[in-house]
Amino acid sequence: MSTTDLQNLYQEVILDHSRRPHGFGLQPGADSHSHQLNPTCGDEITLELHRDRATDVVTAVRWEGHGCAISQASASLFSGLAEGLTTTEISARIDSFREAMRSRGTVEPDEELLGDAVVLGGVSKYIARVKCAMLAWVAAEDALAKLGA
Amino acid sequence: MTQSTVTTAGPVASVDPFTPQELERLRSDFPILSTEVNGHRLTYLDSGATSHKPLAVLDAERRYLLSENSAVHRGAHSLAAEATETFENARGTVARFVGADADEIVWSSGATAALNLLAYAISNASLGRGGAAATRFRVGPGDEILVTELEHHANLIPWQELAARTGATLRYVPIDDAGALELDSLDLLITERTKIVAVTHVSNVLGALTPIELFVARARQVGALVVLDACQSAPHLALDLHALDVDFAAFSGHKMLAPTGIGVLYGRRELLNALPPFLTGGSMITTVTMEGAEYLPAPQRFEAGTQPVSQAIALGAAVDYLRATGMDRIAAHEEHLGQRLAAGLSAIDGVRLLGPVAGEFRTGLTSFAVADIHAHDLGQFLDDRGIAVRVGHHCAQPLHRRLGLTSSTRASTYLYSTESEVDEFLAGVADAITFFGVRP
Repeated sequence: MSTTDLQNLYQEVILDHSRRPHGFGLQPGADSHSHQLNPTCGDEITLELHRDRATDVVTAVRWEGHGCAISQASASLFSGLAEGLTTTEISARIDSFREAMRSRGTVEPDEELLGDAVVLGGVSKYIARVKCAMLAWVAAEDALAKLGA
Repeated sequence: MTQSTVTTAGPVASVDPFTPQELERLRSDFPILSTEVNGHRLTYLDSGATSHKPLAVLDAERRYLLSENSAVHRGAHSLAAEATETFENARGTVARFVGADADEIVWSSGATAALNLLAYAISNASLGRGGAAATRFRVGPGDEILVTELEHHANLIPWQELAARTGATLRYVPIDDAGALELDSLDLLITERTKIVAVTHVSNVLGALTPIELFVARARQVGALVVLDACQSAPHLALDLHALDVDFAAFSGHKMLAPTGIGVLYGRRELLNALPPFLTGGSMITTVTMEGAEYLPAPQRFEAGTQPVSQAIALGAAVDYLRATGMDRIAAHEEHLGQRLAAGLSAIDGVRLLGPVAGEFRTGLTSFAVADIHAHDLGQFLDDRGIAVRVGHHCAQPLHRRLGLTSSTRASTYLYSTESEVDEFLAGVADAITFFGVRP
């Protein structure tokens, strides 16, 4: 890794999200939640979904946890991305994000689907850090599954 | 080379650290140290996790495999006899290195396997295996097993599981806010109910030396067995297990210049010979019928199946290398680097050094936390400069939790580490704080 790679991994927008995260702090009335742990570093997240049942739109994504800048920024970016989307739309975005993350840098994240979260694309080259980036998205996937239809 | 004994008293170095010339010569035995990582020469400060291997160790393993490779302790052909002799010589070499006798050294795949072997053998004794001789090992409801709050998971979970299987109670010596063992509690915690006291010699997170003699003295009063985790002491300090008077000890070869897959369970002779086996099968029996089996004495009783022969021989060569280099010199060198690390880290704003403060004895190992920078991010930043450190909980979650942390960063040295590597690392930590924008 060169210093340019380091700066690409830790883009200013990522550091900003990790310092001032979106959606941080749980709120009462959530419809589903998930707690995920990364056993290698002890990082954890609790993520909750608030859904409007009639429209199947997720109105709020709230989360709490602690972890590295990558995991915190990723949770923040996911939260901003998912709010206002239907559960089906969110699932598609999780799948797309995972594909890019697991690609070892060969698949560019899809900006149309993932919006600002594409800044995390650089993580996919660092196998040891992919789990950090995926933590919130895995929690969301689990929370979506628990929501049911 | 002079031989001295480290017990627990702290700074032992009456000899000097390596001169730059000596260090350069030592480093030339470790070709990996010239590797480039991310465009920089490797700065390896992760020897607490695993050490590098000198050519002499690799050569010894290769020589055995090329000229003597054969099944040990079976077969009558000449090669088998030679292999057995080399294998058993390695056992003797390792035994002398830690102040033990050869038949007190049981090979295992590492310290984790060694500690589990012991816990399961005690479990078997608790089920009545081993007969009258093994009654001294029995634990059950009302009995206690004592560990400490700073143990590596490998010297904690096997005892949790033993307690769960037998109905015994697990207790622990707590640590204070600085990570120091609360030794005042020993007399209250080690009682007539205590059967086993399992404690680390040197903390793999803090680098602090445990005053083992206090544990041994109290355990002797109540007849408890003392189990020593020597993973972070055997590679770094002159060790004399007979002088320490512990009952069992475990350490791993790969942390002391040898390959992975080889480690040691030490046990006092009369204890090992009274302990029932854990793994059973070939090479550990005298007579087998369809109804049952009689077992060989220690150490073979605990070495069922094919052993890691070439790895054991390589561990013997590693120990030869360490003896020739001088454990006193190695300890002095690492103590010097440990103090440089501790002082340097303490001088950086926002860094919280864990364990002994600068000036207090520690081995050449430091763990620390940086305010508002996660250990993984710091490790990534350092890796960009070719600096290898350990990040995470270092298999000591309870210790980190007690200190209010989920993870820390650890820099750990060995005989081949240099002052300039320590300085590059310290500069890296300071620059990371700027990079991540913690410092205004």
